[in-house]
Amino acid sequence: MIDLSVNFGGIKAPNPFWLASAPPTNSGYQIMKAFDAGWGGAVWKTLGVPVVNVSSRYGSVNYRNTRMMGFNNIELITDRPLADNLREIEEVKKYFPDHAVIASLMVESRAEWEQIIKDVQNAGVDGIELNFGCPHGMCERGMGSAVGQEPEVLKTIVEWVKEAANIPVITKLSPNISHITDPGLAAVQGGTDALSLINTIKSIVGIDLDSYAPYPIVDGKGTNGGYCGPAVKPIAMHMLKDLAQHPEIGKVPLSGIGGIETWRDVVEFILLGATSVQVCTAVMHYGFGIVREMEAGLRQFMEDKNYTTIYDFAGKALPNVTEWKHLNLKHKVVAEINADKCIGCDLCYIACDDGAHQAIALSGDPANRIPSIIEENCVGCNLCSLVCPVEDCITMEKRDDRTEHITWHERTLNDEIPVTFDDDRAGGKGHFVPKPSDALKHRK
Amino acid sequence: MAEYKRPTSEVEFKKNFKQKKPLMNDTEAFYEASRCLFCYDAPCIQACPTSIDIPLFIKQIHTDNITGASKTIFDSNWLGNACGVVCPTGVLCEGACVYNHQDVSPIQIGRLQNYATNKTIDAEKVIFKVGESNGKKIAIIGAGPAGIACACEARTLGYDVDIFEAKEKPSGLTIYGIAPYKITNEEVLKEVDYLQKQLGFNIKYNNAINSKQELAALETNYDAIFVGVGLGATRCLGLDGEDKEGVVGAVEFIEELRMKHHKIKIPAKVVVLGGGNTAMDAASEAARMGARKTVLAYRNSKVKMGAYSFEYDLAIGAGVDSLFNVTPIAITGNGKVEGVKFAKTEMVEGKLKTNMNITFVVRCDMVIKATGQAKQGHLYDMIDNLDIDAKTRIKINDEFQTSNPKYFAGGDAVNGGAEVVNAAYDGKMAAQGIHNWLSK
Repeated sequence: MIDLSVNFGGIKAPNPFWLASAPPTNSGYQIMKAFDAGWGGAVWKTLGVPVVNVSSRYGSVNYRNTRMMGFNNIELITDRPLADNLREIEEVKKYFPDHAVIASLMVESRAEWEQIIKDVQNAGVDGIELNFGCPHGMCERGMGSAVGQEPEVLKTIVEWVKEAANIPVITKLSPNISHITDPGLAAVQGGTDALSLINTIKSIVGIDLDSYAPYPIVDGKGTNGGYCGPAVKPIAMHMLKDLAQHPEIGKVPLSGIGGIETWRDVVEFILLGATSVQVCTAVMHYGFGIVREMEAGLRQFMEDKNYTTIYDFAGKALPNVTEWKHLNLKHKVVAEINADKCIGCDLCYIACDDGAHQAIALSGDPANRIPSIIEENCVGCNLCSLVCPVEDCITMEKRDDRTEHITWHERTLNDEIPVTFDDDRAGGKGHFVPKPSDALKHRK
Repeated sequence: MAEYKRPTSEVEFKKNFKQKKPLMNDTEAFYEASRCLFCYDAPCIQACPTSIDIPLFIKQIHTDNITGASKTIFDSNWLGNACGVVCPTGVLCEGACVYNHQDVSPIQIGRLQNYATNKTIDAEKVIFKVGESNGKKIAIIGAGPAGIACACEARTLGYDVDIFEAKEKPSGLTIYGIAPYKITNEEVLKEVDYLQKQLGFNIKYNNAINSKQELAALETNYDAIFVGVGLGATRCLGLDGEDKEGVVGAVEFIEELRMKHHKIKIPAKVVVLGGGNTAMDAASEAARMGARKTVLAYRNSKVKMGAYSFEYDLAIGAGVDSLFNVTPIAITGNGKVEGVKFAKTEMVEGKLKTNMNITFVVRCDMVIKATGQAKQGHLYDMIDNLDIDAKTRIKINDEFQTSNPKYFAGGDAVNGGAEVVNAAYDGKMAAQGIHNWLSK
């Protein structure tokens, strides 16, 4: 029997699918609708001293025929009075006592922190999330990412909050830093019960080619926004991994955020150590209904793999994420083209010839557009298999006999690494490259 | 059974002749363009008689550089807009699309092409530049696709150009001979108008060159002459009763249909003779004009038909019936046509033989002969030293120059009858040939 329920640092929820603090959690109406649709938790849109927003708040990066592959916003925290939000929190908890309602908070002074924590606890929230991530507007006022970028300040505020709060505290981190472990460690040392990441990334998503202003355009001008959506997922997963693998930080529960849209994304985040996930952009694009696909997919995955709870596989990919220096230099794969599947677009040929190692040859016969791999030139980079538009047409086939294993680290210890500019131990020494003038062969 | 009711108004005519490749809207074009793989040395380019850089213009459409896309198209093909919809793309560019090998529908290249050029034409965007005048003049006989293309190219090279056209509208078969569900008159004319406005060549309408004197005048007044006269009237079959009322040539029938639309009246039963694309068009058109029964009759078997299979399917889809291995031996009737007498044919030792022992009559009120057009031999006879092949096609060299060095030729007059796109290519290349010759 599959059990999707989670206990995230003391916050209980029927499943790990939570809404991130953002426009979809602006009101009790939206959160009730989301819980009704199947979401297990919601982080209320950040509460604080209400703001004034601008009109034109979002910008998008579209790729080919896909809209909102990346998304940015310049909306600030809640612009609704605190009392209204508190009343609605109470009402939501009345209808959904078993669902997780978490209050995202952002204020300035210690007194304000203490007051607002008291208020949201009285309203019945199950936990608090500290917004130290917002990279636009609020940071200009010394809040949001301005805090997330200063580990000492962050730690101090976490300490204030922990002193005042008697419910679990999640610290939400900004990715706009060099090493996510710096603010992560500061939060843990300040006593946070859990971490969530990533908040949005500082971004300009596009420039209007007529007005020369960045999107979203507010009366002819724009500002940097916070970037999110599918495009940021790889960055989020990397940061999640860094926290999860850290000996001290990895002990607290991690809530994964950043471009999550499908069950596959959810499973990947869990495999990297997340035990709850938060979603915003996908909901803003498709509505709360997408949780159906997430839940069905997660359940199917768990059924296929024989898992009962998400804790059975949380962090399971972490041992396989290592440093470059520990990768096996004897591992050897080469590309293979399945001629029966090949449709003759020759994208692999041109990608390899222009962008890789000149290891794919055309047939020379205009009637035969199926290219072939020049195995001795192939370095096993994968590029051809990535550009190929046909499923499983180009595969990377193992060529080493799996008996040899040597890493850069080991070679360094053995003093077997190239050290001079013309060292004979260079990896590419003797590897085929065409003559420079071959590039001009087509000229008559 | 008839699939179509007789159209009695322009609205009904347009409904019956609904465009086979309707204009794409922005969203459709955007999504379709996004599917293009941008193949290396793309097969679609190789399959295009004018070698348009198709992946490039599709990428330009996708990035909303519509003007750039149109430039890419017109750079290779002066009739890029018409060709987008009248080209048999299924056997050319779209037939070569690699998606076909994956059982995925190919990119709708023709419609994308037409989308881009339509936008540019409608916006009256200026994208061509007339070449600096070199003081030389070219005469073009025939304002069909070959002649128009030759004129455009010659203007960019700095020549003054006068086109002599026998009819009252430009574009030749594109306007007079293409099935109305492939392109409308308005669309054909607007492209020529667009080209003419920017490139400034002259077209002298109702100005057929019919005499030796007229040719001599051209030779005196122009530095080179391009012959783009296409083909002539439908050939006579020499059948008994062929002169009866109601027996028409397909080319003449289609021309009348294209000019008069719903105002021409098609009788109840029509027989179309022939197995080429023109026969398919004529049969399909008769059916769409409300003929209750349209029969396509071809002397050989279905597989031997010259028509593209999609053209045959289109006719069958319009409700046309077909008869194979039959040859007409007489037209019956009393003044007016009442039927066609056929004899069966059969293959004997690789040769098609008529079996006069098996004959029958198909009753009808109209016979459309789509059995080939005559060549413009009368004109060729008047040109000194003009070499013609056994099929009365003008012979040309690689530079599109005829055996009389002052004369160049292209299009149907040279290839015996092909697509608009082939004529457009010939015209463009002939202008370059003329330029090379006059620059020597």
